Amino acid sequence: MARYILKRVLLALPALLGLVLLTFVLTRVIPADPAAMLAGDAATPAQIADIRTRYGLDQPLWRQAVTHVRQVMTGDLGSSIFTGRPVAEEIGFRLPATLELTFAALFLSVLFGVPLGLLAALDHNGPVDQVVRLLSVGGLAIAGFWLAIMLQLVFSMELDLLPLRGRLDVALGTPPTVTGLYLLDSLLAGRLDMFGNALKHLVLPAVTLCLPGLASIARFTRSGVLETLQKDFVLYARAAGYSPFRLAAIYVLRNAVTVTVTQVGLLFGALISGAVAVEAIFDWPGLGTYAVQAILAADYKALLAVTLVVGVVYAVVNVLVDVAQALVDPRVAEQLK
Amino acid sequence: MKRLLRDPVACLGFLLVVFAALVAAFAPWLAPYPDDAFDSHLLQRLKPPSAEFPFGTDYLGRDILSRVILGTRNAITVAVSVVLAAMLIGVPMGLVAGWRDNWLSDVLMRVTDVFLAVPQLILALALGQLMAPGLTTAMAALSLTYWPFFARTVYAETRRLRGALFVDALAGLGASPARILLLHVLPNAAPAILVRATIGMGFTILTAAILGFLGVGAAPPSPDWGLAVAEARQHLPESWWFATFPGLAILLLVLGFNLLGDGLRDVADPRLRRSRK
Amino acid sequence: MSDMLASAPEAPSLMTVRDLAVHIPTDAGVARILDGVSFTLPPGGSLGIVGESGCGKSTLLRAILGILPKGARVPQGQVLFQGQDILKTPVRGRIGFIPQDPYLSLNPVFRAGDQLLEGMRNHAPGTRDDHRKKLINLFHAVQLPEPQNALDKYPHQFSGGQRQRLLIAAALACDPDLVVADEPTTALDVTTQREILALLRSLISERNMGLLFVTHDFGVLSSVCEDVAVLYAGRVAEYGPTGNVLADPRHPYTRMLLACHPDRATDLIGIPGTVPAATAQPPGCRFHPRCPISRPNCAVAVPEAVRIFDGSRVACPYHADPLPEVALG
Repeated sequence: MARYILKRVLLALPALLGLVLLTFVLTRVIPADPAAMLAGDAATPAQIADIRTRYGLDQPLWRQAVTHVRQVMTGDLGSSIFTGRPVAEEIGFRLPATLELTFAALFLSVLFGVPLGLLAALDHNGPVDQVVRLLSVGGLAIAGFWLAIMLQLVFSMELDLLPLRGRLDVALGTPPTVTGLYLLDSLLAGRLDMFGNALKHLVLPAVTLCLPGLASIARFTRSGVLETLQKDFVLYARAAGYSPFRLAAIYVLRNAVTVTVTQVGLLFGALISGAVAVEAIFDWPGLGTYAVQAILAADYKALLAVTLVVGVVYAVVNVLVDVAQALVDPRVAEQLK
Repeated sequence: MKRLLRDPVACLGFLLVVFAALVAAFAPWLAPYPDDAFDSHLLQRLKPPSAEFPFGTDYLGRDILSRVILGTRNAITVAVSVVLAAMLIGVPMGLVAGWRDNWLSDVLMRVTDVFLAVPQLILALALGQLMAPGLTTAMAALSLTYWPFFARTVYAETRRLRGALFVDALAGLGASPARILLLHVLPNAAPAILVRATIGMGFTILTAAILGFLGVGAAPPSPDWGLAVAEARQHLPESWWFATFPGLAILLLVLGFNLLGDGLRDVADPRLRRSRK
Repeated sequence: MSDMLASAPEAPSLMTVRDLAVHIPTDAGVARILDGVSFTLPPGGSLGIVGESGCGKSTLLRAILGILPKGARVPQGQVLFQGQDILKTPVRGRIGFIPQDPYLSLNPVFRAGDQLLEGMRNHAPGTRDDHRKKLINLFHAVQLPEPQNALDKYPHQFSGGQRQRLLIAAALACDPDLVVADEPTTALDVTTQREILALLRSLISERNMGLLFVTHDFGVLSSVCEDVAVLYAGRVAEYGPTGNVLADPRHPYTRMLLACHPDRATDLIGIPGTVPAATAQPPGCRFHPRCPISRPNCAVAVPEAVRIFDGSRVACPYHADPLPEVALG
């Protein structure tokens, strides 16, 4: 298994290198004059020239590319043009918030998506199937930012059940940082009040964000279960007298889930995309709000760093997904030997 | 087609899309106040839905129903252009990469992987920002982030088809690769491309709306739906109708394309076909 | 439909199938997959079911095992197992099943042991530990290599022959009174085939279990089964002791089949027509469009089963007529 993981990590490296180069192309090649862009609208020609030499923009492109790759590899993502603080540091603070939100959403997606998909498949072409289908296509069609606003309107503004924005009530302070995930950190600190408060804050953003994931997980589980139900071994298991519930919920589902698991990786991209708008609406201090601020401030360094970090997180998640799949299906690891 | 019509859910999608297309085509005639794309009437701002303004009015006193109708045209135009542009890049790349196993096909597919390694919205945001924000930029950015999906689809189809007997026979008869690819492989890959394009329409409308909402897409006074929801945020919870109706429009149109794409996929992919047995 | 030779007064029977019909509605109309099938299996007896693909063998098996496909209807007939109609109250655990394809019949993502134990969970007495011990004993009996470790292996770690041994052990695990085998050796090579059959035969007779054996291989049939039922288009064409049927077939279909393929029941090569689609069965005798000695009446009347001697019958009134040379190839 260790060899398998190593192999999988090595396979992910070329795509990551490509990503670094892509960010280089985005900053240095697409803009007509990167120095002018860095300097801002009000800069004098002298300032622009100064920036050009300071950032090495007068060097040949290939040398710039090498420098760029070296910097990124050593974790040097530059400083924010807007705040002047190192981008890596700012992202380090915001990444856990986004991860907490996306993992919560992923958890909800799986928790509800898998059973819905299973129920739909067991009622193939029946009314349950059609309803789940409509729901799952609808879940993918709903604009997250709009749903977020509607949920705020109903649950925060009208009913006043759940907080409107943020991760915690300001009055509570913040838990001592261990993982950066408030739910975990507050438990570690033994602050149940804080945990409850953080959970309350998490509900609306996570529910908004989980819908597309829930929809695709339901779909893929459904088709996975349908495909598995056609297999000889299911017929055999029925003949061998497996109880119908255990047959569906354990025996068939595990095969079906191998398909779903691969989708979770792809889903993560959708979740992070979704997080941009959802975070902006709920004032969630994560990468998404950071990206939006960066856009509004034309802070391209920050934006690129976000792109890069998201790419890396995405790659890591996909490696994890492959490992998870190898754990669920013993043949996968076998094939790569 | 027949199979599609027997599928009530896909039919619903088809109807929604046709309805939206008609609305888009006749928008200036259908909208009760077609001039509300640009005019503002500050005296009647933020009026709740009434017989006069069925969806209410926005913060500049414009009729929201009219703007939703006019916005349909924008949304569909953006989606069609983006999907067409993405097809123009992705389909040839998929054909070339899928036809032979050589360095070129490797390079093309690696490039595709890199683009797929970043979530589309993030990439579109980065591109859109770097190329000066605006609707045209947003559209270019969306095309540049969506083509890899077409490349992947066509690549897979081409690889499948190049092993087919009739392709060997054509090659044996001396047909040129270009001819085989364009006249024989492409038409066979068409169903998969069509499914991908339909789903891409829904996806693009949604992403374009997010860009509009974040202020990287359409600029005021465009009747863009995403933009409208963003403008409406300042006026909640009092003016709920302002945010609700443009969002519903997004939902219905994207739902239409997704349901249609879902139905088409069932027809095109016999493996997962919803049999009527 | 067919007469009730099988029900001649109350000989003790392990399984009696009486006038069984199974219909499955499809887009093209109702498929009458089985139509008036009857046979009897005494305790400890063995019956082979032979026929080409599409004749209804699998559906018959699924009816007996209580796993008919969704939507299937049983408009008439009974399947009595030890006197109990199992179409109404399914029995589990008392009928062991050996599937056709050992490669496809085990779920690749679960350990072999977990799958086999799941089947015993509800149908064998004792605890999970008892079940494990029992399976390991059975693994010895079916000569599975490393019987101690077999439970913890995944299916892909066994060869085809080993998997079939595993499945035979599974079929015996709940001490059934009847074992149903669906062409259990077709997916295996010839040598393995022979070993597995010999093993199956000895295990079954040791335990005095009944055997219902579906095959299209006449060679296998004669070595395993005392009796045989030849199925054509969902009906029993001929029924009797295996030796008699193979040596002296009476139904035109059986005769032509054995003449064309002395070892296997597959398509009648060179005979016009094919097995009719289950949705478009011809009226009267279902074989009459392809039968060289058919008479006008065959297209009208469903042939009664004619008793030839005790325990043997044929569904053709003209079974004594000679067939033209051509038809016998």
